[in-house]
Amino acid sequence: MEIRSKSADRNLLLELCGELDHHGARSALRELEMALDAALPRKLVLDLENITFMDSSGIALILRAQQRMQLLDGSLLVRNIPPQARRVLDAAGVSRLVTIK
Amino acid sequence: MKTKAVNEVTLEFPSQSRNESFARSAAACFAAQMDPTLNELEDIKTAVSEAVTNAIVHAYPDSIGKVRLKIRACPGNVLELIIKDHGRGIPDVDKARQPMYTTGGQERSGMGFTIMESFMDKVLVRSTVGRGTTVILKKKLASRVQASK
Ligand SMILES: Nc1ncnc2c1ncn2[C@@H]1O[C@H](COP(=O)(O)OP(=O)(O)OP(=O)(O)O)[C@@H](O)[C@H]1O
Ligand SMILES: [Mg+2]
Repeated sequence: MEIRSKSADRNLLLELCGELDHHGARSALRELEMALDAALPRKLVLDLENITFMDSSGIALILRAQQRMQLLDGSLLVRNIPPQARRVLDAAGVSRLVTIK
Repeated sequence: MKTKAVNEVTLEFPSQSRNESFARSAAACFAAQMDPTLNELEDIKTAVSEAVTNAIVHAYPDSIGKVRLKIRACPGNVLELIIKDHGRGIPDVDKARQPMYTTGGQERSGMGFTIMESFMDKVLVRSTVGRGTTVILKKKLASRVQASK
């Protein structure tokens, strides 16, 4: 699991790559927190295009990102969700709680 | 009563998180001989990942224990997955299966059982506190050959 981060004008883009399971999410969660602390963004975009697998560990990560952005008075957008990850989000009802493109 | 399997395989591995990926890939590999659709393979991987992760995270929170995954091809193209641990067990299974119920803190969402239920036809849980948990997942695969007819 790898995260590529791009930040400009308090916009933070995080591109997640690989398998977002419990094993991968541990480091991803840490990196998410660190990137948020460094950038204090107004807008966070999580790009899931290169996620090859996701389970409920990804849900916890997305909900954590949402929570952090609410505390920062900012917004979260989750984009380019592959079909398998999308079905997981739908099954958990998360697609209704988070802005998705 | 236990249905007789056409073919089955049993894997046992220590509850290390790196085995999550191995376990779900093994289940998908075995299921491949049942001629599943791509969606079905993804559903199988997702459900196995949830059950195995639960064994790794919740059954053995501060130790490494054994996790057993049995994969069975049953008559009627039904795939059966049995995930067993000898960990701490679940005091109230009905409660544990409720959406958003978790004892795992912020790193967990409490949606694992809900996802298993939505991706499989049947989810059975047997658990005894202090003895361990067995999760049985069943899914009838609409083989591609039949589906295209
Ligand atoms: N194998 C197990 N051994 C002991 N307790 C378990 C086991 N599986 C599940 N549980 C208990 O059931 C609860 C609900 O499990 P579920 O998979 O639905 O959610 P979670 O694992 O807490 O979060 P998520 O799966 O969304 O990451 C867990 O928090 C845990 O208390
Ligand atoms: Mg779980």
